[in-house]
Amino acid sequence: MPVQDFEKIFQDKIDAEIKIEPRDWMPEAYRKTNIRQISQHAHSEVVGMLPEGNWISRAPSLKRKAILIAKVQDEAGHGLYLYSSAETLGSSRDEMIADLLSGKAKYSSIFNYPSLTWADMGAIGWLVDGAAILNQVMLCRTSYGPYARAMVRICKEESFHQRQGFESLLVLSKGSEEQKAMCQDAINRWWWPSLMMFGPKDSESTNSDQSMKWKIKRKTNDELRQQFVDMIAVQVKVLGMTLPDDKLKWNEARKHYDFGDINWDEFWNVVKGNGPCNKQRLAARNKAHDEGAWVREAAMVYASKKANREKQEAA
Amino acid sequence: MNSSLIDYIQHLADNALIMAQRNAEWCGHGPVLEQDIAITNISLDLLGQSRNFYQYAAQLINESEKSDEATEDSLAYLRTERAFKNCFLAEQPNGDWAQTVLRQFFFSAYQFLLYKKLQDNTDEQIAAIAAKALKEVTYHLRWSSEWVIRLGDGTEESHQRMLTAIDELWQYTGELFMPAAYELESGFDVSSLKDDWFNKVVAVFEEATLPVPEKCFMQTGGKTGIHTEHLGFILAEMQYLQRTYPNAEW
Repeated sequence: MPVQDFEKIFQDKIDAEIKIEPRDWMPEAYRKTNIRQISQHAHSEVVGMLPEGNWISRAPSLKRKAILIAKVQDEAGHGLYLYSSAETLGSSRDEMIADLLSGKAKYSSIFNYPSLTWADMGAIGWLVDGAAILNQVMLCRTSYGPYARAMVRICKEESFHQRQGFESLLVLSKGSEEQKAMCQDAINRWWWPSLMMFGPKDSESTNSDQSMKWKIKRKTNDELRQQFVDMIAVQVKVLGMTLPDDKLKWNEARKHYDFGDINWDEFWNVVKGNGPCNKQRLAARNKAHDEGAWVREAAMVYASKKANREKQEAA
Repeated sequence: MNSSLIDYIQHLADNALIMAQRNAEWCGHGPVLEQDIAITNISLDLLGQSRNFYQYAAQLINESEKSDEATEDSLAYLRTERAFKNCFLAEQPNGDWAQTVLRQFFFSAYQFLLYKKLQDNTDEQIAAIAAKALKEVTYHLRWSSEWVIRLGDGTEESHQRMLTAIDELWQYTGELFMPAAYELESGFDVSSLKDDWFNKVVAVFEEATLPVPEKCFMQTGGKTGIHTEHLGFILAEMQYLQRTYPNAEW
């Protein structure tokens, strides 16, 4: 069968909402885009453990400590499912991790911002996980089967993360003046980077059109970003806090909130590696990997020794 | 007020909390993702055990003082170095993976025997907490035993690192079985667990091709609040928000 026919069958499936599975024929670019996107997503989960893990030892109550540990542990679990999903496309976890550690692969830029106060744990849950969820809910219907199924599981846990983040800020918002100030400060610092999480404007996004046609994505960056602004603009009122944008205003004609201009210079700067924590995040991942090398090696050597012994006993 | 019972429960809680705090330092930094999850999971289990014990201690304190001021958080966050009654072993630094898994193995082997005994305690609350925790500790013991064996019988380097870890930690194991006054009054004589613990260590070390140390001097003091210098730093970090913003809700 000529390639054109394979491509037609493939696109027909997608148009008919039939999931693409690992053994199905797929265009090389579809495979590559999915590997890139899923592995970036996995890396984001793993690097995302750092700014939050940073506060586990200092969590202000035992309950908050338990919630935070459980949450960061969930992120590690998400990383695992996602690496497994990407592996179904023929890329190994070792290769993907090597690309992360060398700086070749990207991860969500949001994690290159520092978590400076306890309120950041709430703001990350509410805003960062909130932004991630909108993207992930969409991805539950993405065309590649293993990715879509991983997302269904992940979304359940992420929505718990967002709720706990909001609830934690709610307590601060009802607390002392210092706690209220801490809460507002965290919102101020995390708001704009959260909006940047949806990626460049549609007019400047290089991968968007093809990804929409292949139903890897089902909503554009700008659509998701608007959905996020509309959601948060309402929720922030419950906190009695404000978003740091004087152009934020309900637009009756559009039935959406208008909002101010994103600082795209900052966005591209962080993507290029100049964010406040890019170096530290990669250094932390590299350190863990390097210092774990002898552990992984010992585990492999032991496993093969054990297998040999069992073989000898059986013989 | 039965102060020895309260001391005893706090001792159980402090052991679990300080171990949890140490293990959680690995979160995001483990040698491989699966083990990052495993060590963090153990931390979470231990934290849960400490909360159960602190809540019970707080209840007893409040009943005896006709107050409602004691909470799990006041006990964890507002007591100072000298009031903490955890064993030395729990507060030792993570070191490398060998030191962490060995510390966990020594501790879990002890907690396993301890909780097995405490699940039949006449104090129903202690018995219930121990019975629930025993399921978790059974897994911790299996996980840490497997790691001791894997590293002991792995590569030359991992074997060497285990020897260093044994050298570092062995001196803190004796204290586990030297009962403090409050243990004798309100718990039981923990020295009765020593032989079983030692036999478990010998069995695992044998499989791990590791030598069981000769008798050596054993450090003691943690149970009565005379700690190593590490504890002050652990508490300074753990308690900082509660200390900075007194009486705040979180």
